[in-house]
Amino acid sequence: MSAPIQTINGTEVPVFYVVDEHDHPAGSSTMLGFWLYLMSDCLIFAMLFATFGVLGGSYAAGPGPKDLFDLKLVALNTAMLLFSSITYGFAMLEMMKGRVKSTQMWLGITGLFGLAFLCIELYEFHHMIHEGAGPWRSAFLSSFFTLVGTHGLHVTFGIIWLVTLMVQVARFGLIEANQRRLMCLSMFWHFLDVVWIGVFTFVYLLGVLR
Amino acid sequence: MSADAHAAHGHGHDDHGHDDGRDHGSMKSYLIGFFLSVVLTAIPFWLVMTNAIENKNWTIAIIVAFAVVQIVVHMIYFLHMNTTSDAGWTMMALIFTIIIVVIALSGSLWVMYHLNVNMMPVHDMRNMP
Repeated sequence: MSAPIQTINGTEVPVFYVVDEHDHPAGSSTMLGFWLYLMSDCLIFAMLFATFGVLGGSYAAGPGPKDLFDLKLVALNTAMLLFSSITYGFAMLEMMKGRVKSTQMWLGITGLFGLAFLCIELYEFHHMIHEGAGPWRSAFLSSFFTLVGTHGLHVTFGIIWLVTLMVQVARFGLIEANQRRLMCLSMFWHFLDVVWIGVFTFVYLLGVLR
Repeated sequence: MSADAHAAHGHGHDDHGHDDGRDHGSMKSYLIGFFLSVVLTAIPFWLVMTNAIENKNWTIAIIVAFAVVQIVVHMIYFLHMNTTSDAGWTMMALIFTIIIVVIALSGSLWVMYHLNVNMMPVHDMRNMP
């Protein structure tokens, strides 16, 4: 098949070039790619934070943070997200040990905490809109609803993703592809918690202090 | 001697030959991260809800400092950031993002603040020539 190359004088050593790229195992670059996506998501949130920073003081003679924000509710919300972070961590540890049932259990608990977070946030939004402090009221409220709403939307899609993966794990077990997906969601979930640190600090706490 | 070195190297690694430098965390690291996060969250809320410090600027400075520390804690203990995963490219991406975020945030706030100040009708027109 591959006959040795005969050079003219028969002494020259043939030089080979590797034309094809060497093989990458499937999914070997997924984590880096997903990290890059998270970084671009980070830029979206940075822009929304900047918008809130600029417009956060424009109340248009409407209600301000002191009138609207209930810090006890925000503290409860923060606790929910923090609990969901540690339970997702437990799910990852169980996944590493290859235990399907306890992985599913911790994922389910994580989803419930996420759902509780979302319900509290929707209750807060509903309460504010009911008091006439909807996003149309002032620039402050527009930027508030955009920033916090975008975060809430991320959590919503995170929960949908979580349920999808629970179904996947239930059907196919902890195969390598599912482990990779769970690791991506892990990064996504913890990333949302990082963004929430910014939200409760700069929007709620500093808003009340303003 | 070399056998010892091999044993030391082999310890703690999985059997897959290609080590990507990723850290998947342990029960201990998750619990440390959680404990630190709870403390770093509770103190700012307590400071604001009880007005523990009279000086508002000090409260703001402390809260922002706690937020920055907590973000770093999350990065290390929950997102398992280190300088070796994917040959350092995750860290490079993070540093690049932080630079862009700092420029965009500080730039927006700075420019818009001055624009705002200069647009305010605070000049006393009566003394104008």
